[in-house]
Amino acid sequence: MPEENRFEDSFAVEGGNFRAAGNVSGKIKRILKSIGINDNVVRRVAIVTYEAEINIVSYARKGRIVISVRPDLVQVEAIDEGPGIEDIELAMQEGWSTASAQVREMGFGAGMGLANMKKYSDAFNIDSKPGLGTCVKMQVFNLEKMLQPDYWLKI
Amino acid sequence: MTLSEIRDILDADVIVGEDQLGKEINTAFSADLMSDVLAFAKSGSLLLTGLTNPQVVRTADILEIAAIILVRGKRPPQETIQLAQDLKIPILTTKYILFETSGRLHEKGIVGCIEKVGSNRADAGRE
Repeated sequence: MPEENRFEDSFAVEGGNFRAAGNVSGKIKRILKSIGINDNVVRRVAIVTYEAEINIVSYARKGRIVISVRPDLVQVEAIDEGPGIEDIELAMQEGWSTASAQVREMGFGAGMGLANMKKYSDAFNIDSKPGLGTCVKMQVFNLEKMLQPDYWLKI
Repeated sequence: MTLSEIRDILDADVIVGEDQLGKEINTAFSADLMSDVLAFAKSGSLLLTGLTNPQVVRTADILEIAAIILVRGKRPPQETIQLAQDLKIPILTTKYILFETSGRLHEKGIVGCIEKVGSNRADAGRE
């Protein structure tokens, strides 16, 4: 680590490769743990990254997950090339899904993925262009750092 | 309660993790929908499920689930076993159905990760 807990990396995710789904999230979780990020942040990042990875594998041709770590937050961007989402509001509704039987057999595709990502991140945004792809950006805050008395004076 | 006591209560076979039977476990979550497991299960808990694909092990790894109990006599495919060995996550299999498995463990003192959705314990990810 050049500086205290600062780190950025990008991981490729292959669309349709169900066998590998979860590899990248597992790797990211282990990296965050190894550099000493607190358990609560690691856990929430792992959950949202895993759901995002499952989505890329399930719907897109290919994609990548970009992770940026700072002492006060971890940012996860899941960027894919795929069909995109026509109606984001509808896609955000719990229970709404266009998943294939294969995705459902894995225990996903029940329309909970985006809802889980939103629930476990502190900041959440989706940007999608139908026919081109989707970018989900999420931030998980390290509240311990943010609640330090001098934190807000320094920024 | 230890994992070996859980094995005895459920008359279960140990498929992966013979060396981890001393693990102490007090909570559990039962589901076949992995998104619900991600939403509600707590680290260190038992995961009871009827799914046997590798994603069950991945989900357990992400959440740091203590052990997976497959119900209804399910046997996992080789790729699931391999992944569980690599990630050191125990897998047991019991012939009891999910309802019986959950009930027998609850009766002996294992409680749910959460009681109700929306209760404090529900927000497992933020604990």
